[in-house]
Amino acid sequence: MATDIASPSASAAAKRPGSYDLPGALKESAITAGVAAVLAFPFLGLQANNDGPELVLLTRWELFFWAVAVVFVGRMLLTVFRWRSDARAKSAEGLKAFGAKFQRYNVWIGLAGAIFAFTLPMWPFADRYVVDIATTFLIYVMLGWGLNIVVGLAGLLDLGYVAFYAVGAYSYALLATMFDWSFWICLPLAGLFAATFGVILGFPVLRLRGDYLAIVTLGFGEIIRVVLINWYDVTNGPDGIGSIPRPTFFGYAFDRSPEEGTMAFHQLLGIDFDSMHRIIFLYFLILILALITNAFTLRVRKLPIGRGWEALREDEIACRSLGMNPTNTKLSAFAIGAMFGGFAGSFFATRQGFISPESFTFIESAIILAIVVLGGMGSQLGVVIAAFVLVIVPEWLREFAEYRMLLFGLAMVLIMVWRPRGLLSHRDPTVRLHPPGYVPRHGVEAQKVQAQEAELAAKAK
Amino acid sequence: MTTGNVLLDVEHLTMRFGGLVAIDDLSFEARRNEITALIGPNGAGKTTVFNCLTGFYKPTVGRLKLNHPAKGDYLLERMDGFRITQKADVARTFQNIRLFPQMSVLENLMVAQHNRLMKASMWTVGGLLNLPSFRQAEKEAIELAKYWLNKVSLYERADWEAGNLPYGDQRRLEICRAMCTRPVLLCLDEPAAGLNPKESLELNELLLGIRDEEKIGILLIEHDMSVVMQISDHVVVLDHGRKISDGTPTEVKNDPAVIRAYLGEDEDEDLPKEVANDLHMPSHAHGTGHDHGGGQG
Repeated sequence: MATDIASPSASAAAKRPGSYDLPGALKESAITAGVAAVLAFPFLGLQANNDGPELVLLTRWELFFWAVAVVFVGRMLLTVFRWRSDARAKSAEGLKAFGAKFQRYNVWIGLAGAIFAFTLPMWPFADRYVVDIATTFLIYVMLGWGLNIVVGLAGLLDLGYVAFYAVGAYSYALLATMFDWSFWICLPLAGLFAATFGVILGFPVLRLRGDYLAIVTLGFGEIIRVVLINWYDVTNGPDGIGSIPRPTFFGYAFDRSPEEGTMAFHQLLGIDFDSMHRIIFLYFLILILALITNAFTLRVRKLPIGRGWEALREDEIACRSLGMNPTNTKLSAFAIGAMFGGFAGSFFATRQGFISPESFTFIESAIILAIVVLGGMGSQLGVVIAAFVLVIVPEWLREFAEYRMLLFGLAMVLIMVWRPRGLLSHRDPTVRLHPPGYVPRHGVEAQKVQAQEAELAAKAK
Repeated sequence: MTTGNVLLDVEHLTMRFGGLVAIDDLSFEARRNEITALIGPNGAGKTTVFNCLTGFYKPTVGRLKLNHPAKGDYLLERMDGFRITQKADVARTFQNIRLFPQMSVLENLMVAQHNRLMKASMWTVGGLLNLPSFRQAEKEAIELAKYWLNKVSLYERADWEAGNLPYGDQRRLEICRAMCTRPVLLCLDEPAAGLNPKESLELNELLLGIRDEEKIGILLIEHDMSVVMQISDHVVVLDHGRKISDGTPTEVKNDPAVIRAYLGEDEDEDLPKEVANDLHMPSHAHGTGHDHGGGQG
């Protein structure tokens, strides 16, 4: 509502850069204050109090008027100082330039991030808590990267990704507890099972896209969870599966006193036992798994299958007209995305030592999807940043527990307003004929290109 | 009409959507090294013919036989959509351009070579290992893309997002993309729509070049008569799903049935003779007041 009113004053201000028109600003502020008053009256102006057995309604006019006044003055100041036409343009440009700059250095940022990640346990502040949080963070990064294949590259909106995470976790837990197989055998098997489920989900939803696909995948995620709860004989239902074997360092356990005839990790290195060893080992394990996911995605984007996924996202009919088999292409995206979800799931199981269906609720799917969408679909670095915002920041804000969801929502809204295509939405071509930033310098062709570029720039303004 | 190099043989093609007959018992041929134009008023069923040919629709009745010069015969009506391009090498473009707008120009042409590259990458395994055979195939694919980019002078803009190209270039890029699938039959759905006269001329040259250098057949739907009459070797005219004329551009141009279809008539009334004559030879003086009045439907 306020924006509709704002537009005439903005266009008036545009005539003289750096100016604003006072009546317009006053009108806007009054309208904003009016909206604030409507909202503030029930929230701030009224208070229900228990007076013995009765409920009495108190009015708090002072608080109410203060709130409305703050909104009025705040909006006025924003209009005068912040939303002047030039200030607005400058900030938008600055944001764009920042994004572009970030993009240019993203290899270096990625490398620096990886080095930091590898040295994290050696930093002085890295106590048990920090390494634990970092491990959780990396699980989400890996899940985000896995889902990025399905959502970001292939454009298949999957709201039930947690199902594959669950399949991976339960496959690992069941194989490890029933057959006593080691982590390194169970991990690929769990990935394979999850990929199989990806194909099973993929078949019925081949014809669906967008919202319809989202609803079906949402249902699939719930089906898996409900099966896990009710199939008591196998999954132990809501009680979950406990005492899942911990991973070993190629056969050397992280135990103070290993079983007869085996050697523990600290004995192998001849150092004292420290419970941190296992935490750090788990941290490195997920770091490597996540980096494998990343390396795979970066490579596969440049392969025909990756380009096929992206083309499928852009236009399925055109893909068919070029002889691409859309069924296989979609199923492969589902299967590979699911496989990485399965890997992450088996890591989760071995780390926790206990899993139950409660860990695989819809909210997990929503968080993973939010990570991918906020990060910028298809952007690997964007996923890391979004995972940081959605996993680490709420951890810091633990004191404000009640406001966490509020802040979460606010962050979502802000990103959707400022960068509707995600934090890092820029896409680099997977194959080039010319270096980045290439502008032809001579010939008729160059003139044509320059004219068109000027036209594009004019359009962008 | 020689039958030796018939590339596409459409026999008794009929397509019904419920009670609506979109194509009614249509038979025609398209030959190699020739441009066959499919024309007709709006709603005549031209695009439906294309959709049947390229597997987007399954024809109700009829046979669509493709005599592939290297691989033998294919019955297109029995094949899945994407396999028609994959196996029988029939490529098409769309009336409303269907590029991959957020991918670069070069990537659009690489996707067109998906099947060959997939095989070379051993369904991704070899590609992940970056085997030399894959690198070789990729290099060849880029070379083919470069060849076509140079043809339509898009080489300098190969790394642009395809959606940022001007309209005329998008049209030509779509034709290049279809050519990168190495087709034996290229089906173009209104390639000149929305082009200015200069671009239209360039398009004519491009299409004649494809016909003469690639030795393939082109099937063309077009409304722009300057394109149709200048470049096509053979014209098939449709009206209400039926073939009303078939022949060289000159023959078709002078066919009274065609004129009637384009200018309209009353349902059960033949065109008055003098009006038909009028339409043929507008220079003849028959008086100016009455000539078109009887013919308009």
